[in-house]
Amino acid sequence: MDYIIIFIAAVFVNNIVLAQFLGVCPFLGVSKKVDTAVGMSAAVMFVLTIATIVTFLIQKYILDEFGLGFMQTISYILVIASLVQMVEIVLKKVSPSLYQALGVFLPLITTNCCILGVAILVIQKNYNLMESVVFAISTSIGFALALIIFAGIREQLAMTRIPQALQGTPIALITAGLLAMAFMGFSGVV
Amino acid sequence: MNDMKVFLNGIIRENPVFVLLLGMCPTLGTTSSALNGLAMGLATTFVLLCSNVVISSLKSLIPDQVRIPAFIVIIASFVTVVQMSMEAYMPALYESLGLFIPLIVVNCIVLGRAEAFAAKNKVLPSFLDGAGIGIGFTLALSLLGAVRELLGTGKLFSLTLLPEEYGSLIFVLAPGAFIALGYLIAIIDKLRKA
Repeated sequence: MDYIIIFIAAVFVNNIVLAQFLGVCPFLGVSKKVDTAVGMSAAVMFVLTIATIVTFLIQKYILDEFGLGFMQTISYILVIASLVQMVEIVLKKVSPSLYQALGVFLPLITTNCCILGVAILVIQKNYNLMESVVFAISTSIGFALALIIFAGIREQLAMTRIPQALQGTPIALITAGLLAMAFMGFSGVV
Repeated sequence: MNDMKVFLNGIIRENPVFVLLLGMCPTLGTTSSALNGLAMGLATTFVLLCSNVVISSLKSLIPDQVRIPAFIVIIASFVTVVQMSMEAYMPALYESLGLFIPLIVVNCIVLGRAEAFAAKNKVLPSFLDGAGIGIGFTLALSLLGAVRELLGTGKLFSLTLLPEEYGSLIFVLAPGAFIALGYLIAIIDKLRKA
């Protein structure tokens, strides 16, 4: 039951992009086409889940154990950066087709703040390992949902006539605002 | 003269938020009031200044192959400094900025300047570049925060300017952040081209 609440809260109510503003850069950057949006979402889901598990274990068994709480930011970002590299290398060997699909998006993920954000949030919320995994997966589903809906809207938007001053980023941001407003309808569900 | 140009470059011509569209997460996430925007801008400026100076003075010692991880470690150390001093001396502000303070590490502006400017230039120009970009970022965040606070609550830096009932709460909430930033970018773009 708890897991279902975590899932609904992370996907709809506190959507990572539209309510918490994490991962806005890829949200605006790779949302021009639905295909790239799907690729990016898959890459985020993959890395986010692994990164959350690894940072959770580091926090519990190294940082907490030896009273090194102040090293949190430094150690997390190093772990995430090297993890992304490792995932890239392993994926290239093990599953070239998946590597082909995710390839370009993987290096971009290091600077995606939702990875580091979720790793820290999980500790702040005092989740245990299983809850953290559920939270990480649901967060990335929320990210995918927002990104793919947004990419779909932008594909349509490219074919419409937009006032000159609003072309490009401004209209994208306003669209995102309306999408965020739609997601606000979920507030209070859990 | 040239130094002045480097400094002003970041404030106007290459304003990180309105022109380069970098660092969107803190821009949207922390600007629910003018004060929060200002505080976030200053925290980022501090990190940017320190990391630019340290990186440009260490650039001959850092091997080229590992420069990105080295930059990240330098940036993360200064972020930790900011995080811990803020938690100690300004707990209320730390609470309201929350997650976005440690997330300065992954702010593309900081790493971007390190790679694009500090790694290639001397200490003084790097310092000025950091100051310029930092002030540009702070101004942008304060402006967006002020607009959102005024439209949302009728206040500016917590001073009441308009009666409460004129405020529309939506501008303080998430959707207002996207919409206000969208229009601000459109207006500033128009002014720059005029």
